[in-house]
Amino acid sequence: MTDLDPLLDPTGRIEPVQNAIIGGRSLWEDARARLFRNRAAVVSMWILGFLILFAVVGPFVWVHKYSTISDLRTIAPTLEGLHPLGTDLQGRDLLARLMIGLRISLMVGIVATAVSLVIGVSWGATAGYLGGRVDNFMMRIVDVLYALPFIFFVILLLTVFERNIVLIFAAIGAIEWLTMARIVRGQTLAIKGKEFIEAARASGVSRMDIIVRHILPNVIGPVAVYVTLTIPVVILAESFLSFLGLGVNEPLTSLGVLISDGAHRMEEKPWMLLAPAVTMAVTLLCLNFIGDGLRDALDPKDR
Amino acid sequence: MSSFQRVISRIPWAYTFRRLLIAIPTMLAIITMAFLMMRAAPGGPFDGERKLPPATEAAIAAKFGFDKPLHEQYLSYVGGVVTGDFGPSYKTLGKSVNDLIADGLPISLTIGFLSMGLGIAVGTLLGVFAGLRQNSAADYGVMGIAMAGISIPTFVTGPILILIFALGAGIFAVGGLGTYPNIGMNWHNMTLPVITLALPQIAIISRLMRASIIETMRSNHIRTARSKGLTERQVIARHALPSALLPLISYAGPAMARVMTGSVVIEKIFGLPGLGSYFVDGALNRDYTLVMGAIIVYAGLIVLLNLVADILYALLDPKVKYD
Repeated sequence: MTDLDPLLDPTGRIEPVQNAIIGGRSLWEDARARLFRNRAAVVSMWILGFLILFAVVGPFVWVHKYSTISDLRTIAPTLEGLHPLGTDLQGRDLLARLMIGLRISLMVGIVATAVSLVIGVSWGATAGYLGGRVDNFMMRIVDVLYALPFIFFVILLLTVFERNIVLIFAAIGAIEWLTMARIVRGQTLAIKGKEFIEAARASGVSRMDIIVRHILPNVIGPVAVYVTLTIPVVILAESFLSFLGLGVNEPLTSLGVLISDGAHRMEEKPWMLLAPAVTMAVTLLCLNFIGDGLRDALDPKDR
Repeated sequence: MSSFQRVISRIPWAYTFRRLLIAIPTMLAIITMAFLMMRAAPGGPFDGERKLPPATEAAIAAKFGFDKPLHEQYLSYVGGVVTGDFGPSYKTLGKSVNDLIADGLPISLTIGFLSMGLGIAVGTLLGVFAGLRQNSAADYGVMGIAMAGISIPTFVTGPILILIFALGAGIFAVGGLGTYPNIGMNWHNMTLPVITLALPQIAIISRLMRASIIETMRSNHIRTARSKGLTERQVIARHALPSALLPLISYAGPAMARVMTGSVVIEKIFGLPGLGSYFVDGALNRDYTLVMGAIIVYAGLIVLLNLVADILYALLDPKVKYD
């Protein structure tokens, strides 16, 4: 609409009206603009980007390997021998371990959230679209599962079976899908009655195609917000398990394992706690700010 | 009608009854899952370093009922649980799971309820304070702190608080139930664990209350109250607060569950001999009956607290209709 002649639109009122008639900026463009105006969210995105780079690229670049044992045990941060964060009980460089730990924690966050996303979205969309007795039954199951103290089952699972990282991912993902299912079901119920779904049904589109092509794209907004807010919850859940001694196996590590090690020796060696604790807090703060920003951007009425 | 009778008449009996009915399959599902997981475990609880003589193994199996078929073991376990008997502990000799739960539960419940109370009190104050000054510097300050409270896990704040107030200033106990003369559940030993556990709740509740009070202040009944000429203080205290507090009640059930889960870590950090400590130690040494007992008690508490929160909500919100 930029090619409007100013002579034809001297008051500047025609353009917005025309935009409104043909749709103008889409919801997503609007949301993006609002998100980028949110200073806390933008700063968080930059910091998070840096942290991801630090975790992904750092281990390849840094001079020490996270698993190399040396005689320099629990030395304080020093530039001598390049240990800016000191070393741990086995003489492993703590900066290298922090990078790997952050990488594992972020991976847990992403993979477990993806697991919960897949289960929650398919469960919620199916229940919401099919409706009636099936919906009732599926959501009753969600209600029953809601009351279970799942983290206790994860602890039991991890003690009963051999601990491995895939099990941790899957177990945490499997406990976080319930809220996702409820959100998606609610949205699906709201969209189901709209005319365009009726039109699709009338023109003979199959149920599966209606769910995948027409319903799912319309529930993305709230789901995206919930996903961003689930990642920090999942990272916390993993570090909770790690703190209890049920996390990833040595020599791998995660932020939770590093914090747990540090907390045991914080009196004499506070730096062992400080670096992973600050990294964890900053990571979670950024994710929460981005999640909040996204929610405000997509649903501005609560501002 | 007395006010007591009025309250009774508002309890949604049919709804309460149906919720109690749903609680039965929920609890059965928990017991069954725990039982099956425990039986699926590779290696029994008595596989020590040393190989036991076959006669001893048979005696142990007979004592704990491992020689019976699976469904009989299951039925006898469920029967025990229903009558309030969680069986003997596999690892703590001479003690039943009931004894251990009776030792640990009071400690866990004490720090749980105290933290929840502190969380609700401080969280509500902060949230209302921030919400009434929406988008001011004070609002941003409180919400920034709340965000930090959500993002910093208790196993970071706990050690830091110990470092400052116990090891540094020496005001509170470092951990455990203290040393002479401060033994037992007193302020000296419980303050730090309770504050640590309350911090995330303060953060979450203040965010919730801020959003709630902002929404309430925009609603029609507040406009009516203002147009009657009430002072702003009266409007807030008599009209806004009661309705803004409602979401807090529906949050209280799940929050209590979160606090009980969180207390597992708190008990570990502060070395408190609560149910959470027993649970984790039991999980690490494969004391399965203890772990199952703890899970069932936790689940029962969560189901019960959710129910209480929902009934309270129905009592207080005249708009809610349960059918």
